[in-house]
Amino acid sequence: MAEPAATPAAEPVLEVIGITKRFPGVLANNDIHFTLTRGQIHCMLGENGAGKTTLMNIIYGLYQPDAGEIRMNGRPVMIHSANDAIRLGIGMVHQHFMLVPQLTVTENIILGNEVTQGPFLDRRKAAAQILALSERFGLEIDPEARVGELPVGARQRVEIVKALYRQASILILDEPTAVLTPQEAEDLFKVMHALVEQGVSIVFITHKLKEVLAVADQITVLRNGEVAGVVAPEEASEASLAALMVGRAVILQVEKAAAHPGEPVLSVEELRVTDERGHTAVNGISFEARAGEILGVAGVQGNGQTELVRAITGLMHPLSGRILIAGQDVSTATPRQITELGVAHIPEDREADGLVKPYPVVDNIILNSYYRPPFARGIVMNEAEAVKQATEVVERFDVRTPSIYAEVGTLSGGNKQKIIAGREFSRPIKLLVAAQPTRGLDVGSIEFIHKQIVAQRDQGVAVLLVSAELDEIMALSDRIAVMYRGQIIDVLPAAQADRETLGLLMAGVHPAQD
Amino acid sequence: MAEITAETHQSQPRQPSPGRMPRNWSEIGSRLVPGLAVVTAMIFGAVFMVAAATDWAAARAAFSADGVGGFISEVRPGIGRAGIAYGALFEGAAGLGYVNPSSIRAETFYVTLLPLGERSLVFIPRNLIDTIVRTIPFILAGLAVALGFKCGLFNIGAEGQLYAGGLLAALIGFHPAFRGLPSLIHIPLAVAAGIAGGLLWGAIPGFLKARTGAHEVINTIMMNYIAIRLADWLIKSREPVIMLDTTASVPRTPFVAQSAMYPYLANTSLHFGLFVALAAVWLVWWFLYRTTLGFEIRTVGANPSAARYAGMSVSRSVVLAMALSGGLAGLAGAGEVLGVQHNLSPGFFAGVGFDSIAIALLAKTNPFAVVPAALLWGGLINGAGLMQVRADLSIDVVKIIQAFIVMFIAADQIVRALWRIRARRRGEEVVFARGWS
Repeated sequence: MAEPAATPAAEPVLEVIGITKRFPGVLANNDIHFTLTRGQIHCMLGENGAGKTTLMNIIYGLYQPDAGEIRMNGRPVMIHSANDAIRLGIGMVHQHFMLVPQLTVTENIILGNEVTQGPFLDRRKAAAQILALSERFGLEIDPEARVGELPVGARQRVEIVKALYRQASILILDEPTAVLTPQEAEDLFKVMHALVEQGVSIVFITHKLKEVLAVADQITVLRNGEVAGVVAPEEASEASLAALMVGRAVILQVEKAAAHPGEPVLSVEELRVTDERGHTAVNGISFEARAGEILGVAGVQGNGQTELVRAITGLMHPLSGRILIAGQDVSTATPRQITELGVAHIPEDREADGLVKPYPVVDNIILNSYYRPPFARGIVMNEAEAVKQATEVVERFDVRTPSIYAEVGTLSGGNKQKIIAGREFSRPIKLLVAAQPTRGLDVGSIEFIHKQIVAQRDQGVAVLLVSAELDEIMALSDRIAVMYRGQIIDVLPAAQADRETLGLLMAGVHPAQD
Repeated sequence: MAEITAETHQSQPRQPSPGRMPRNWSEIGSRLVPGLAVVTAMIFGAVFMVAAATDWAAARAAFSADGVGGFISEVRPGIGRAGIAYGALFEGAAGLGYVNPSSIRAETFYVTLLPLGERSLVFIPRNLIDTIVRTIPFILAGLAVALGFKCGLFNIGAEGQLYAGGLLAALIGFHPAFRGLPSLIHIPLAVAAGIAGGLLWGAIPGFLKARTGAHEVINTIMMNYIAIRLADWLIKSREPVIMLDTTASVPRTPFVAQSAMYPYLANTSLHFGLFVALAAVWLVWWFLYRTTLGFEIRTVGANPSAARYAGMSVSRSVVLAMALSGGLAGLAGAGEVLGVQHNLSPGFFAGVGFDSIAIALLAKTNPFAVVPAALLWGGLINGAGLMQVRADLSIDVVKIIQAFIVMFIAADQIVRALWRIRARRRGEEVVFARGWS
């Protein structure tokens, strides 16, 4: 548990009083109250769509509230833009880093705030300032390194230093651990504590319950745009926080019977794949996924998982090696040939690959079966059959949509994913490739998707589950493969995999080699 | 602490239903944007006419002498001219006019709808018929461009495809080898040749895009030059004579045989091409929304990576869409040769292909909406002549109005701001074409 940081008589540095923000058709923030005191780590917990990001964007000046006020150090302030926020000492580290990969760390940090001597940049002075900052807070960075060559954890430190360089006394960290290994997350928490000790106050946005309990001094839980509760970590448990977040009791464990693995359905042999820029992304991978088992692929994002999935599903062709599905070599097959072998694919980027947003629900449900009976005879499509299928899928997968003719783009993330799952699971399949199947979904939808994946396994489908969420991998998998820099560093039976071991493997440390 | 309840999940926020019925001005207005763009353009055009018709030196002098009243008296004649101009434009386009019947030429047939003393409300059918005749190629070429947009392709090559179609249709029409065929064979043959010409002209940039990623905008423009110059040469060349009618005083091809001409309807200039165009509208809609190939084309246009994920062939759709787009433009070219001019001369299509881009935009790529958009264009062009005579304004005024319409469609934020229509929601915008890739 964290050391007690805030003193009882802590002064409030940031007060949010009755903030309300309405978007067309949605009340994103409703009368939100929230107080951050000096030297506090305040966790903002909530599901996607609960209003966390909207609130932070209001504090950071990106949105204007419809009602309510913001006070800093007791005085009301108007924050009209990010520049205002920075001037007031608010710094934000976004989920997607706002760095220029071609520039060095120093250049990135001083961007927009350049130290000059006459008309010239005073790089040396800037670098010295940055080094001093990084030493003071224990943020290890090399001012001369090129950002594009840094690992994700280091880039995040650059973002934090950038905020501190601009004299931020309040730091907003938006889902900072989403891109980190468990060990890197631990390092981040140490940095956070160092910052807090020196008087910086931190708003830490997350949906991961374990982290909240590990670092928070105070927890505000948002649900449906309202404050569902303010609790101290000592009084909270994972279960109670989850219940607050969702509004009902949540089963955190996935119930599943023991697996009965059968024949291998997917065999990957010495696979090499390059990414879109021609860099080797998958570097000689071999593994098998058997009927009736879930093979989880763990790993920090960007270690070749995306390319592995794209190669298996035919969206990329491998450089070398073989992919066999149900005994057939599909290394150079088209996505359609692979689909027709009985492969279902829940794509990593559901908005870009899995759905056509301006299309109605019905067209998205027949998106990859539109061309064959009963949906089409020859080239003529049969609308009635499509409507029948869509109605059935919407019902069976509990898709909340005003009608099957509603544009998919207007639905929530959970409903979008249910449409994809419904589409993929409503035909006979042998292999399911699910990439980040619950990213950004609400707890109810996550439970639903997890149950569906286990149900597919129980029907004898081989499941390849790729996820950056270690909890998800551990909850669902029967075996766990860990990917690091394009290679599978180890494959463990789920029973032998604990967070510690997996975390080390994800960081490229193989215990057997030590 | 919150109590723990065991309810079924109610956590999902209810989605606002995407309006079945429009609820307020911003929703109704969003659907009216193209219409409002036209109205706005007409108003701007009027301002332009008043500005052009006013003697500004005199107006300034009157202003300093008599103030605002003097200024208005100087500007008023200009406003009157603009009114006369639009009246004449409408009369020329739709045939409905409020005129003195004795001013109508003796040989022109008209119906008096409402006698109102000296001037009457009259209907001159011929004006409307001529407008429809001018509308026909706009419908087909507009459909061509709209079909390309549906696949995310910007077909600027309709002009060249019109020539490619027109040339082949003319060739089949006048060539001695085909003379003596019955109409039932000769017309379809010439039409098929026209479609084939446009098809080929469209398919080439489509193929280049699918194979090499070369942008269709560049290549359709280049194909325009090739087609226009090729037509020039084929028609004008005297050594050897290729398609030139050596007996004619101006460079043009020989007339097509009687058997290849579209039949006229009821002794008017209205020809069979009208039915061809209307059938094409329905066929394009049916193809896009009721066939697997159309579904693929629309999906590629809306989200190419989802199309790939769904197992569709993006390159096949691109080639097919460009070929069909070209084919429709070729059909338009054939219709003008077989139904109106009965021969082809250099420069004959003079911008029909470019105007069709504007028509497709005005129709928001909806095949049915192409018909009124084309009718507007046909009307503006057909009415321009009478406007010029009555109001003594250059035909170019019509071109200016057309330019304003296109501008307001492209930059619909201007129209939305002027008419107080709230900004479009996410996902409402139509994807016309993707960027350079």
